[in-house]
Amino acid sequence: MSTMIKMVRSLVAVATLAIATPAVAAGAKIEIDYQKWSFAGPFGFYDRAQLQRGFKVYRENCSACHGLRLVAFRNLAEDGGPSFTEDEAKQIASEYTVIDGPDDFGEMYERPAILADRFPSPFPNQQAARAANNGAYPPDFSLLAKARAAQRGFPGFVFDIFTQYQENGPDYIYSLLTGYEEDPEGITVPDGQYYNHSFLAGQFISMAPPLFDEAVEYTDGTPMTVDQYAKDVSAFMMWAAEPHLEDRKKIGFRVMIFLIVFAGLLYFTKKQIWRNVDH
Amino acid sequence: MAGHSNYVPQSAAAKWLESRLPVISLMRGSFVDFPTPKNLNYWWTFGGILFFVLIAQILTGIVLVMHYTPSTDAAFDSVEHIMRDVNFGWLLRYLHSNGASMFFIAVYIHIFRGLYYGSYKAPREISWILGVIIFLIMMGTAFMGYVLPWGQMSFWGATVITNLFSAIPLVGEAIVTWLWGGFAVDNPTLNRFFSLHYLLPFMIFGVVILHVWAFHTTGNNNPTGVQPKTKQDTLPFHPYYTMKDLFAIVVFMIFFSWFAFYLPNYLGHADNYIEADPLVTPAHIVPEWYFLPFYAILRAVPDKLGGVVLMFGAIAVLFILPWLDTSKVRSGAYRPLFKQFFWIFAIVCVALGYLGAMPAEGIYVTLSRIFTAYYFAHFLIILPMLGFLEKPLPLPASISESVLKGGSGTPAGAAAAPDTK
Repeated sequence: MSTMIKMVRSLVAVATLAIATPAVAAGAKIEIDYQKWSFAGPFGFYDRAQLQRGFKVYRENCSACHGLRLVAFRNLAEDGGPSFTEDEAKQIASEYTVIDGPDDFGEMYERPAILADRFPSPFPNQQAARAANNGAYPPDFSLLAKARAAQRGFPGFVFDIFTQYQENGPDYIYSLLTGYEEDPEGITVPDGQYYNHSFLAGQFISMAPPLFDEAVEYTDGTPMTVDQYAKDVSAFMMWAAEPHLEDRKKIGFRVMIFLIVFAGLLYFTKKQIWRNVDH
Repeated sequence: MAGHSNYVPQSAAAKWLESRLPVISLMRGSFVDFPTPKNLNYWWTFGGILFFVLIAQILTGIVLVMHYTPSTDAAFDSVEHIMRDVNFGWLLRYLHSNGASMFFIAVYIHIFRGLYYGSYKAPREISWILGVIIFLIMMGTAFMGYVLPWGQMSFWGATVITNLFSAIPLVGEAIVTWLWGGFAVDNPTLNRFFSLHYLLPFMIFGVVILHVWAFHTTGNNNPTGVQPKTKQDTLPFHPYYTMKDLFAIVVFMIFFSWFAFYLPNYLGHADNYIEADPLVTPAHIVPEWYFLPFYAILRAVPDKLGGVVLMFGAIAVLFILPWLDTSKVRSGAYRPLFKQFFWIFAIVCVALGYLGAMPAEGIYVTLSRIFTAYYFAHFLIILPMLGFLEKPLPLPASISESVLKGGSGTPAGAAAAPDTK
């Protein structure tokens, strides 16, 4: 019997080891360039200036192809976001045109957007977007920072629980935006595609490198580099995907303090009640 | 249950009610005066924790439904409406989606506690079987709940799982069409899943009452597996276990909050933040983590029908577990060999979970097959044989004796005969 147990034990040990070895079998590994984000960790918060810069990058560089359909203009002026003043948000809204109606004559009409409107999308539907983009579909930005994540693998995913790592999305987006390379030797990049070492769905991406140094003007002295643009727009996209992140972390901290104190009191209450019981 | 209370109504109102419906003495007998073994350890608090999570899920769910729209056109956006526009909607939704995971973490600990201490053995077979039924309904509820946000994983998970029924010979295809309410996962599927997702938790609640009724009739199991013999072996449920359970629930809430507030999307899949698109299949369709061991078993078999049979068999085998374990000793604490196999089995289950998350290719498939075989061997070969091969340690004469000798897990009373109740 005991030899049988030993055999089963070593079998389990070997098999467990075998699966713990990182396997590259599934898909090509992509490079993720991890960044420090102000919104990481239990006390994370959005950097207002960074979100405003990120919004500028989005508006001037990305919005021609990528929508932001779930975000409303009023959100731009809300707490925990880019915190534009209400007048600034109104001004931004008025620069967009939305379709409303029908009016009293049954006609749809265009009007400038107001705070209550959500960002109009650049294309009426997915087919139109594909037709204008050589068959590729530029995804909407509203949730992208939560809809993309590179595999963390073992044991990374275990440590993530303790380090509270939830920035997979912005890290991926930053890596993608800065992941364009000259076509490597021996690899033929298909026409209309570009080589990117951080693209989840393969090495070739249909989006041309979207950012260039000095493409967007920063007036606050922040360096106008691809690297900085990529960081800022990734942070902005995280906010767009998770607009209540600051509230969540603040409330979470209070909840934790309360629960820990409460648990402590309960522990001593329980101990007091059980003091005369052998158990 | 009511038989454990010596409650005599004092006030006129209580007398009036008691003589018509003895609900006060029923509740007192079940949750106040109920004699509970005094040596229950913290693994026993997961029953109370599960009750708390069930109630939390029902409450957050009821409020979420007030803002959710079950329609393929509007479901995804209505969830985002909850996340963005509803006051504290993000909190409700994160509590509910992480609550599902917490429910499974607690239920797996609860099940493994039962496996270790032999809580499934006579006379508690009915409690155990009702527990397995709760587990099955939970799985159905969680699966259908995951479909409701109508993301990519919702849609493709629903497609993969419902398609399993097509493996049934002759009527399989017809059953799948009937389940879908059409020829693909679509609006009728979403609507019926929504309806059932609202219904099933209340069915769980009902079976929970039966589950508690059953083990309140037999009495709780305890870490020694020895039935309480005298009043010295038990304590009234209140205040001893109400306070211990409450403490454990609050500690569990800390763990729960860690995820809900700081890692709300850790246990989910990023693809579910992409709206369902029947024309685009995700690279890897992965179920929620709590289904992964069963998913690994499903994919371990090259034949579709065989895989489905084994996957359901993995749960079905739990129903007959009380008759597969031949040992006369209940608690694993007094079973030196069983103890080792128990931990091997636990590791195998975790390994199957890991394999379920990996692509079904190469070494992963081979390992899935080995572990699947071991999973069934544990129940069908090892447990029946151990009862004959193993020499259990001597059992304590009573719970009180084991407690006085120090630690419920430590064998005591060399002269005592094995408990054969």
